[in-house]
Amino acid sequence: MGILALILLLLSTVAQSQDLFDLFGDDEPTTEFAFATFKTTRIVNGQSVENPPFGELKFVISHHFGSINNGPYNLWGLDQSTIRLGLEYGLTERLAIAVGRSSFEKTFDGFAKYKLLRQSSGAMNMPISVSLFSGIYLNSLEWRYPERENYFSSRLSYVHQVLIARKFSNTLSFQITPTFVHKNLVEKIADPNDIFAIGYGGRVRLTNRITFNAEYYQLLTSETAKKFNNMLSLGFDIETGGHVFQLHFTNAQPMFERAFITETRGEWLNGDIFFGFNIVRVFTIRKPKL
Amino acid sequence: MKTRLVLILSLLLLAISLTAQNYVTRTGYIRFYSEAPLENIEAINRQVNSALNISNGEFVFRLLMRSFNFEKALMQEHFNENYVESHKYPNASFQGKIVNLNEIDFSKPGIYSTIVEGDLTIKDATQKVKQNGTLEVKKDEIIGKSVFNIKLADYNIAIPSAVSRNISPEIEITVEVLLKKM
Repeated sequence: MGILALILLLLSTVAQSQDLFDLFGDDEPTTEFAFATFKTTRIVNGQSVENPPFGELKFVISHHFGSINNGPYNLWGLDQSTIRLGLEYGLTERLAIAVGRSSFEKTFDGFAKYKLLRQSSGAMNMPISVSLFSGIYLNSLEWRYPERENYFSSRLSYVHQVLIARKFSNTLSFQITPTFVHKNLVEKIADPNDIFAIGYGGRVRLTNRITFNAEYYQLLTSETAKKFNNMLSLGFDIETGGHVFQLHFTNAQPMFERAFITETRGEWLNGDIFFGFNIVRVFTIRKPKL
Repeated sequence: MKTRLVLILSLLLLAISLTAQNYVTRTGYIRFYSEAPLENIEAINRQVNSALNISNGEFVFRLLMRSFNFEKALMQEHFNENYVESHKYPNASFQGKIVNLNEIDFSKPGIYSTIVEGDLTIKDATQKVKQNGTLEVKKDEIIGKSVFNIKLADYNIAIPSAVSRNISPEIEITVEVLLKKM
């Protein structure tokens, strides 16, 4: 009897000094979504799976100088420039819309990007992120074909993409991008209206604020591949507070999807490449409730 | 007879120790606020775990860094990726004691000023802290409140010079927990 009492007494003191942290129990399994697969909505020239979050407006200034093999007379291309100004807005957490205007062929563009699947771990496991992209492009150059009727629809072209990405770790992300391009009007009868391409892109984090990005678009439609080059771009993302700076070298002069995927003319081996940058400035339009 | 008394007493003690003295919450509130020349930054976490043992004054907190919500998504991203590296250090915690436990009568409702001392762990650094707050004792509930400052440098959180006018080196922390008797 006495021993039992002693044990109980001991037990009561043990219970008293139990670890308070244990009282929280096991954390309920939550779903952790991968964030910042890429630093911004473009890998270099091409789209990434990222969208501006709900209520956020991104002002994107994209700029390419002339080709480097222009030599000293044009200061290795710095005398010339191609530019695109764009606005992107997060309508919902998943859907973003955007408009832009490029100096290349005086092109207006508009696109929508929808986050179909988001990479996650924990309660819900999803190995990849998938976004859908659809863009429309309006060439507003003066009409070049006097022998042809100037239909408005002839100025339009379209790009549709499925962006499939995975953030393997905090350092490494990769994306593969099947692409379909349709042009309402092409120059010659032999030129295809429908063009297929596939994009590969990735990023390696060098420091907390700097990443190295690479991107390659391969033309799958052989008629187009004979006339134009595949696009290769290499660059760095540098982030400071509310800005992201993207500095890069690329063999594509234009900065909108249809043109840099299907109409890239530059050749890396000839030095026919362009130095360029994107500046992304973020504005919060609608503040979320904390 | 004497053994029986000890038995009953210890049973009673066990019952008390198992039920009475712990107050717990899993939905505590912690806010941090940085005031700098260019912008003010605020973040709120409403999923703070906290527990208080009123018999010995032991007081603990634990939270997930990812559960801090910011006004701007980009700030939240930078907070997690660059400043606190929450993929490497997911939790922050505090383990301490009420120093002036004898001045607080947990059987009598009222607001008591409190001094808490212990170890605060953020990222990979643990610092001794001693701060003032209040405990409001109610029936089966205790509300704990405190406002204090911490230095980012103490917890190995570096601010690059480019954003030194955006982020204050000293951060104001507001704690509010409604602890319920377990």
